Amino acid sequence: MSQADTVMTAVAPYEPKKRRVRIDRIISIAVIAPSIIAIAIFVYFFIGASAYISVIDWNQSNYTNKFVGLQNYQQLFSTFRFQQDLRNTLFFTIAFLVVCLAIGLLLAILLDQKVKGEAIFRNIFMFPLAISFIVTGVAWRWLLSPGTAGDPHGVDQLFNLDPLTWTWFSNADSGIFSVALAAVWQMSGYVMAMYIAGLRAIPDEIREAARVDGATEWQVFRSIIFPLLQPITLSAVIILGHISLKIFDLVFAMSGHGPAFGTDVPALNMFDTIAANEYSSGAAIAMILLILVSILIIPYLIFNFRNEVKQ
Amino acid sequence: MRKPKYNILTLASILMLLPLLAACGGDNGTSTPSAGAATGSGGSTPVMANTAVMANTPVMASTAVMTGTAVMTGTSNSSLTGKLEMFSWWSTGGEAAGLKKLYQAYNVTYPNVNIVNSAVAGGAGQDAHAVLNNRLQNNNPPDAFQIHMGHELIDGPVAAGQVEDLSSLYQSEGWTKTFPQGVLDIVSSTDANGTKHYWSVPVNIHRANVLWYNKKVFSDNNLQPPATFADFFTAADALKAKGIAALALGDKDSFAAPHLMETVLLGTLGADGWKGLWTGTTKWDDPKVTEALNTFKKMLGYINSDHASLSWDQANSEVISGKAAMTIMGDWANADYIAKNFTNYGWVNAPGTKGIYDALSDTFALPKGAPDRDNAIAWLKLAGSQQGQDIFNPLKGSIPARTDAGKPAAGQPSYNDYLKSAMSDWTKDTIVPSVVHGAAAKPSWVKDYTDAVNAFVTKQDVTATQSQLVTAAATAMGK
Repeated sequence: MSQADTVMTAVAPYEPKKRRVRIDRIISIAVIAPSIIAIAIFVYFFIGASAYISVIDWNQSNYTNKFVGLQNYQQLFSTFRFQQDLRNTLFFTIAFLVVCLAIGLLLAILLDQKVKGEAIFRNIFMFPLAISFIVTGVAWRWLLSPGTAGDPHGVDQLFNLDPLTWTWFSNADSGIFSVALAAVWQMSGYVMAMYIAGLRAIPDEIREAARVDGATEWQVFRSIIFPLLQPITLSAVIILGHISLKIFDLVFAMSGHGPAFGTDVPALNMFDTIAANEYSSGAAIAMILLILVSILIIPYLIFNFRNEVKQ
Repeated sequence: MRKPKYNILTLASILMLLPLLAACGGDNGTSTPSAGAATGSGGSTPVMANTAVMANTPVMASTAVMTGTAVMTGTSNSSLTGKLEMFSWWSTGGEAAGLKKLYQAYNVTYPNVNIVNSAVAGGAGQDAHAVLNNRLQNNNPPDAFQIHMGHELIDGPVAAGQVEDLSSLYQSEGWTKTFPQGVLDIVSSTDANGTKHYWSVPVNIHRANVLWYNKKVFSDNNLQPPATFADFFTAADALKAKGIAALALGDKDSFAAPHLMETVLLGTLGADGWKGLWTGTTKWDDPKVTEALNTFKKMLGYINSDHASLSWDQANSEVISGKAAMTIMGDWANADYIAKNFTNYGWVNAPGTKGIYDALSDTFALPKGAPDRDNAIAWLKLAGSQQGQDIFNPLKGSIPARTDAGKPAAGQPSYNDYLKSAMSDWTKDTIVPSVVHGAAAKPSWVKDYTDAVNAFVTKQDVTATQSQLVTAAATAMGK
């Protein structure tokens, strides 16, 4: 900024232009100000308010502001339900990320082979993205509902599976992976679209040059395409990661908290907690979610910021 | 090279589209659409036909189309004007039909009041609670609102000073004599000076401790409906030998398993022991609680294997189809059987709870700062009156809270056989508050209790669960 000022002064030393520069700055500040104020209030103020509520004792409907420190957090971590939430979030995030990235990349590479009818395939893979998680949840609930013993339905009926073995999301231990399956179905097309954009951005000349130099097709992928796709992968991990940490609607519609909270997630627990008038405990869950998402996103922001500074 | 590529793409396309097809096809059979709620529906069709004729204009009120209601609520009174915003979670089925009928009765008397029906849909009112809490906290209350009888109200809006004391209304309407003592105890709180304060008007009563059974399955196997836990397990063993699930449970929604556990605790501890759990006179580490947990655990050995993916009404369907023989559910199940055209069912009290009425009730309360207070008070008077209760309850599938009601006017919907038997029990049984449905304890305690029981269904660790319940009680009592 100061650099720009000196340049301006050097080029235009007389009064009128200087004033215009000042007016420009005022206008730019005026234009940004509303969004800065709105963000300050609706994002940072409310984060602060949640943080405050999470350390007071407002666990009944009448408001009290007795400071209790981290007691709400302590109590939260001691409950079986929240321990299950953390376990489920971990499993869900890993399964969702890995499978989504793998399927997305595979589909993108296949579609990038200049196949006929590419647009049709691309649209089909993108379809699930157009519907909401609630609809996905309801549809997959029907598909994966194990039915009664001896009377399977949905996927169990389709593939002749024993509903006692294939209990899907009604399984206390592995139910969360069935929910991840539905999420993968919905989001892998999106990852595919990101990868296609990444692949299209890689100039053909680089691949051609590598091939001329005698690289095998696998070497081209390993040494040229995958490294060039890294920023895409990173963005995909961030986007999918924060979706999976905050997921609520899909689980709510598909399985609820499941047996022994086998498919419970922190956001669902937060909803139930606040519905039971335990506002401080609910705020504590919200803060933990915020911290989890921050752990994922802040390194990414720092990385991006450094890149921009370099440029 | 080309062919396998297309195969993969086509296969992937089919996999992607499959759930969409499933969504279009819907599911056939097991999951009938339900309110997903703890409140059932039933028999609303004839009424709806009736309501179409009864528009709520003063002109219509004087015509011959109007039956009973108009005559009983008296002549029209134009002293009240403006609006009446009534907040509830009754948006579908018999409950919505009953509410609408009650609105019409109100408009017959007060034709100049415009009723605004604010109904927030969602099972057992959970979503409605969230909306209501917001509105009360932001000083934007409706004129009257629906809430469960008991601690859901008393430890909620009452503790927060958000509702008006209705004691004078109770006196002037004579409700302290017409509602049974068990109900008066639950809807009131006693202050430091020993004075009783009444906070809401109970419109209906549901019963939680009912065991429903398929008569055909029982007669085919020469069984009698069980009265005690011992009877229950004898019958359950006989049924299990035949490959029939003795007890249907649908605990996809979080209230169902805690509801079953509630009836087991009630059957083990008795009425006073049960009430004591929530007032502190019965300790949660009592051996009787251990016994109840063990009984509950044993019961879980006889339930349907797919319980975790069913809702309560889908569990009812298991009883209807004969795949399961019994289910323990509140009496909204009765409306579900009627709605599904199933008649061959019977009911007895849940094991060990003979002579006990485990009650929950929907009540109406008056928020402080209600914009149309006079209209709301007139509404509460109607809801607590004998004719108001007899208009609403046959449609809702519940019994009136007043002991002198139960006599709907000629030409109006009447009570079915189950409701008649429940009404006779209501006047003589010991009334205890239900915990899962908001009457016995405050919401945070209810959540701790339901969380512990829901984990128990899978973990089945008696010691760990009992210590969780002890902690939950200590937390709730400490505040």
